[in-house]
Amino acid sequence: MDLNYTTEQAEFRDSVRAFMKAKLPSTLSSKVSASKTLSKADHEQWHAILNEQGWLAGNWPKAHGGTGWDAVQRHVFEEEMTRAHAPRIVPFGLAMLGPVLQEFGSSEQQAYYLPKILNGEHWWCQGYSEPGAGSDLASLKTRAERAGDHYIVNGQKTWTTLGQHANMIFCLVRTAKEGKPQEGISFLLIDMNTEGVKVRPIVLIDGEPEVNEVFFDDVKVPVENLVGEENMGWTYAKYLLTHERTNIAGVGFATEGLESLKRIARTELCKGKPLIQNPYFAAQIARIEIDLMAMTTTNLRVVSKAAAGKAPGAESSMLKIKGSEIRQEINALTRSAVGVYAMPFVSEELERGSNALPVGPEYANSVTGTYLNNRKLSIYGGSNEIQRTIISKSLLDL
Amino acid sequence: MNFELTDERQMLQDSLRRFLAEHYSNDKIGVLNDSALGFSQDTWAGLANLGVVGALFTEADGGYGGAGFDSSVIFEELGRVGAVDPLLDTALLGGGVLAALGGQQQRSLIESIIEGSVQLGLAHAEPRSRYDLAHVETTARREGSSFVLDGQKSVVVNASAADHLIVSARSSGELSSSAGISLFLLPADTKGLTLRDYPLSGGGRAAEVLLENVRVEGDALLGDEGDGFATLELVHAKATVAICAEALGLMETIRTLTADYLRMRKQFGKPIGKFQVLQHRMADVLIDIEQARSAVINLAGHVDGERDEREKHVSATKNLIGIVAKRVAEESIQMHGGIGMTQEYELAHLARRLIMVDHRLGDATFHLERFIDLAVA
Repeated sequence: MDLNYTTEQAEFRDSVRAFMKAKLPSTLSSKVSASKTLSKADHEQWHAILNEQGWLAGNWPKAHGGTGWDAVQRHVFEEEMTRAHAPRIVPFGLAMLGPVLQEFGSSEQQAYYLPKILNGEHWWCQGYSEPGAGSDLASLKTRAERAGDHYIVNGQKTWTTLGQHANMIFCLVRTAKEGKPQEGISFLLIDMNTEGVKVRPIVLIDGEPEVNEVFFDDVKVPVENLVGEENMGWTYAKYLLTHERTNIAGVGFATEGLESLKRIARTELCKGKPLIQNPYFAAQIARIEIDLMAMTTTNLRVVSKAAAGKAPGAESSMLKIKGSEIRQEINALTRSAVGVYAMPFVSEELERGSNALPVGPEYANSVTGTYLNNRKLSIYGGSNEIQRTIISKSLLDL
Repeated sequence: MNFELTDERQMLQDSLRRFLAEHYSNDKIGVLNDSALGFSQDTWAGLANLGVVGALFTEADGGYGGAGFDSSVIFEELGRVGAVDPLLDTALLGGGVLAALGGQQQRSLIESIIEGSVQLGLAHAEPRSRYDLAHVETTARREGSSFVLDGQKSVVVNASAADHLIVSARSSGELSSSAGISLFLLPADTKGLTLRDYPLSGGGRAAEVLLENVRVEGDALLGDEGDGFATLELVHAKATVAICAEALGLMETIRTLTADYLRMRKQFGKPIGKFQVLQHRMADVLIDIEQARSAVINLAGHVDGERDEREKHVSATKNLIGIVAKRVAEESIQMHGGIGMTQEYELAHLARRLIMVDHRLGDATFHLERFIDLAVA
């Protein structure tokens, strides 16, 4: 038992830290630390910087242009990114589709798509959920019918994150109606510029258009865009989900969120003294910090196991639940910390270039939006209810 | 013991519910939230016609109600539809100060408020006051027969729509002393007043109010110089009844929406309301809301009584509402899943408005500490 990084791991952390200091543009880190919305160009700029260093694809093997890092290195990298207020890596191509293509794609598909994920030519989004298929994803209805050397796709996907920026979408589509619902699903790659694809933004509760509906109306998709075998898509989707769940605990986000909360609580005054000295408020921060300290180690325990080659199973469900709950509670406390200044709805557009009287301290502007937006953490990627069911089935055998 | 509404209040509830059903819809709220005023003049006029504004004033003040239970009935109904009308600001905070302290001239405004032709805002909270009612840094300096006011006021709800602002300022005493706070009635166009207006997350609008060398005559003073605190505490107590009852109404609608959704939404071949895990959580939501209703009754029943007992209930109820409101809002979003995260769906406005309740008139932590001081320690 040793809670410290090995010398190599510590050196790796230092090199990542030095890289962030040297290469992360302050224009990006300042936006991230103020919880401002990043533009498509912001994301692309950061991806390009990481790609130049060879660090964009943290969970890809070297043979495909990735880093070949183990789970601990990936964890260190993610932690340092968060610490430096770097934009998160947009996960759809890199963390999700890449590993699926490497495992199940043809060599032609790998040679064509993987470099385009790295160089940013393709911005992918995820076509999984449908209006009638959320937690029960296998009940999805978007269908792909074979017609010669094409599939004709009809249906609708929803909650497609950042689909407004994407030019490619990977979809789960129904190719067979017989058997169990899981058995008739295929994994299809679709160019969003194809005729019949329509994207409609969905404005979320925080007022931001982060997700979209994507409609498919007689969309012609070449047969070679099928990944793996027809009707085997569910297997690939499950494989993808295990990759979506790396960094699922969001320890870095929580740690950063807690630091930010403490900074705010040191600045805000309560009866003339820093709010952080108010025992009732401090007790709430302490409670979260204690939880986070334990979760950090829970996360490292799972990460170490993964680095030793044991794929995390239902443990990632545990990390997802605890991680999302801690982050949401930090967001709620941050909202409390700013008091009445959580109420103004001050959009970035309104503030840009405005020399009018400021509406409270700048750090207060985003806290309600962030709190509301992060209610999604316990809903997406398999809701926390679904995660608890997974735990009770796989870890408890109930 | 009788928890039934009186006949008069039952009639008020029925007619207000009918009126609000006609004047509010999810689409309408979207339009109002994007509008420059933040609420509808027509709806306001309708509320005044219906006697709703007048029901928040006593007969002695020219109204036909004014008790805690009048307020709780009205605001619960407003909450049920997520109404954004500034009744709390104009009638209870602003009107309440006028009723308590106003001279004859100043009190004549109450009639116009009840008619629906005058709006008020109470400019009291400041950037460093947090929820402490006694913390006033804005200064009122006497110069001959007039006063000069300087300072900044935070998140003054309804400020831009207000025809008059009631401004608190310190004329003597330490920064957070309850003694030495004076209240002034200022026409909105008073020289030296600057407003920065913005929308609020839960609907309605507010402004930052800057007072720079604002010169007012002695007749702008409300009540005696330096003697405003007790009235501030009283109108905040009455406003707390209102906002807690509003939260209750919001929660009742949210609960109905969520239960309906659980019955309607099917996953894994059955309505998700058939899953025991959601049934139990919905049962907890129901218990929470019943507790909230009792807390509102406790406060409404004591708000017109003597000060110490009243303030104990203010803090007890606002603390409980703050905790329950957060839980109900979060649980309802969670049980809705993705649809609960969307702006378009009815829940978004109601949940946001409910969450924002904890940011007005003192949050759960503030009132926990205050309750300990008042009643436990």
